[in-house]
Amino acid sequence: MNKLIITVATVAAISLAPAMANKKATETTPDEDLKAYQDYFLKRFNNEVPLNDFQNGVYAVDKVSRENWEAIEEFPPYEPFIDEGEEMWNTPFANGKSYKDCFPDGPALRGKYPYWDADRKMVMTLPLALNECREANGEKPLKYKKGPIASLLAYIGYESRGQVTNVTVPEGDADALAAYDAGKNFYFARRGQLNFSCAHCHFESSGMNVRSDVLSPALGHTTGWPVYRSKWGELGTLHRRFDGCNRQVRAKAFPAQGEEYRNLEYFLTHMSNGIEYNGPSARK
Amino acid sequence: MSSMKVKAKEKDGIVEVKALIKHPMETGQRKDKKTGKPIPAHFVQQVIVEHGGKTRVSADWSGGVSKNPLLFVKFKGGAKGEMVKVSWTDNQGGSDSAEEAIS
Repeated sequence: MNKLIITVATVAAISLAPAMANKKATETTPDEDLKAYQDYFLKRFNNEVPLNDFQNGVYAVDKVSRENWEAIEEFPPYEPFIDEGEEMWNTPFANGKSYKDCFPDGPALRGKYPYWDADRKMVMTLPLALNECREANGEKPLKYKKGPIASLLAYIGYESRGQVTNVTVPEGDADALAAYDAGKNFYFARRGQLNFSCAHCHFESSGMNVRSDVLSPALGHTTGWPVYRSKWGELGTLHRRFDGCNRQVRAKAFPAQGEEYRNLEYFLTHMSNGIEYNGPSARK
Repeated sequence: MSSMKVKAKEKDGIVEVKALIKHPMETGQRKDKKTGKPIPAHFVQQVIVEHGGKTRVSADWSGGVSKNPLLFVKFKGGAKGEMVKVSWTDNQGGSDSAEEAIS
């Protein structure tokens, strides 16, 4: 794969993030956003990266780190966690019931989440649903950033591979649109002592270096979770990464599976509509 | 359960051996966050790759090698079906080995 060169002309022409920041979130619809974002990234990488390849994050756009990633995938570091998750899925709770009773369609559940729960007026995510199942059956909820929840998500993710991202914002539902817009505003808002927004790194600077790392594009960011990050030496969830990203621009992180991050996940996953889920995955 | 996963492939007379060794590879410099006490050094010191009764590759490691190290080495003269053995020993007297047929 040739090194992908981002031309100055392309960057200048598609300076979407600053333009978005000047508009109120409510000025464009989710469908318009989806087309704009996906076109932005396809053009940014010179139409050399097919849409679905963005599921591999930085390894879809950087040749050198891709070689290292392919070497690591010889013995995927997330494999033992898939087995752990399978055991968790199949082990009944103390009351005799199991995850299968809460999720009769499981374990290939990934494609259903996140979704807008119109009755409860909130974004429902997979980890939240899993913990609600546990609590409904007298079990303690799991912590959301790492540990057993990640193993369970690894098993579910593995079984769901190939499902296609399809997050919808129901037409005419003002509350759903508000949650989507809240997520979108979060994404494009500056925060922290370093005063960066998510878009500064993952739109404008995607494919470029920050110190010794290449920044991954926002497109495809949600497909590979949970992720075995070499840095963590273990699996972590999407909200663990949100937490880390906020801390590293020296902003206060929000609670995992709290409203802010669930709305952010809603917006961010919608951006990857059409891309296949490929969790669990490995990253640096 | 072995601490290792091994693959060996032969192509054009050269065998490439890939091994993943599950090992904490503690340098001895880290401190336990809760107790403040240093975590003792525990790392693989030697890795040997054998084939046909001979040592093909011998590696001397230190704490500078990361946790769960991944080793890729090549040697000449193996054929499909023959066995390759990868063994390691660590500074605390631990050891393990695994054998795999060349494919």
